[in-house]
Amino acid sequence: MIAAVNPALPDNTGYVAAAYLVFLALVVVYVAIMAARISRMEEEVLRLDRLVPDDGDEDRGDE
Amino acid sequence: MDSDQGFMQKIFYLHVPMAIVSLLGFVLGGVFGILHLRGNDRSHDLRSYVAIHLSLILGAGTLVTGSIWARASWGHWWVWDEPTLVSYLIVFLLYCCYQPLRFAIEDPERQARYASVFAITAGAFVPLNFLAVRLAQAYTHPRVLGATDNLPPRMALAFYVSLLAMALLYATLWRMEMAAKVTRSRLRALRRRLGDEVVLGRSAAPR
Repeated sequence: MIAAVNPALPDNTGYVAAAYLVFLALVVVYVAIMAARISRMEEEVLRLDRLVPDDGDEDRGDE
Repeated sequence: MDSDQGFMQKIFYLHVPMAIVSLLGFVLGGVFGILHLRGNDRSHDLRSYVAIHLSLILGAGTLVTGSIWARASWGHWWVWDEPTLVSYLIVFLLYCCYQPLRFAIEDPERQARYASVFAITAGAFVPLNFLAVRLAQAYTHPRVLGATDNLPPRMALAFYVSLLAMALLYATLWRMEMAAKVTRSRLRALRRRLGDEVVLGRSAAPR
């Protein structure tokens, strides 16, 4: 299709584009899955943070 | 590399580095498996798992991009009497058994040990398989490495840059997944210490 739009492009452009798109899709899907997992872990850290009893040490500081 | 391939030859800058890096990743998984069995350090099992996991993803990419190239060049998506293709498929399918093997074993210690043995055995199979294919008499798959007349200097430079980029991508993703897995395991430990009910989906990843 790309080659049809631009006659200056050589034959088999579609195959080359398809191969590179496959690779891009693999990386994007992988990174998206990892991002979702990391975001779930972030929520988990916040949830655990709320579970930890607050003894007020952090507020007192070094005074 | 064949200069008569024309523009289609650009697929090789993606397909060949992916194939090489994935095979090296499988071997790396075996090396970490050896380290795990020698030192009984579970972190090496995790490293082995992540290396194999990433190699499987690149392996799937190699097979798909290779098929696209084959369709454009040979007119077929797959050629069964071509040793390079079939041997890579065998290696890929062999490693596809790795995660089901982990899933099948409940005890984490045994799971790690058996997975390491698998990683070492299959990792040793990879170079042997590669050598066997190189010794094959009849093949139609182009040879990129070891045939200098196939690879003019400018193409060689582009190819080695692609190879380096793919290796760096692999290393980056490996580090990212390792960091995520280590954090997840620390979170589990923290939850246990807090007496919280651990309800996470079952995973083949090392615990």
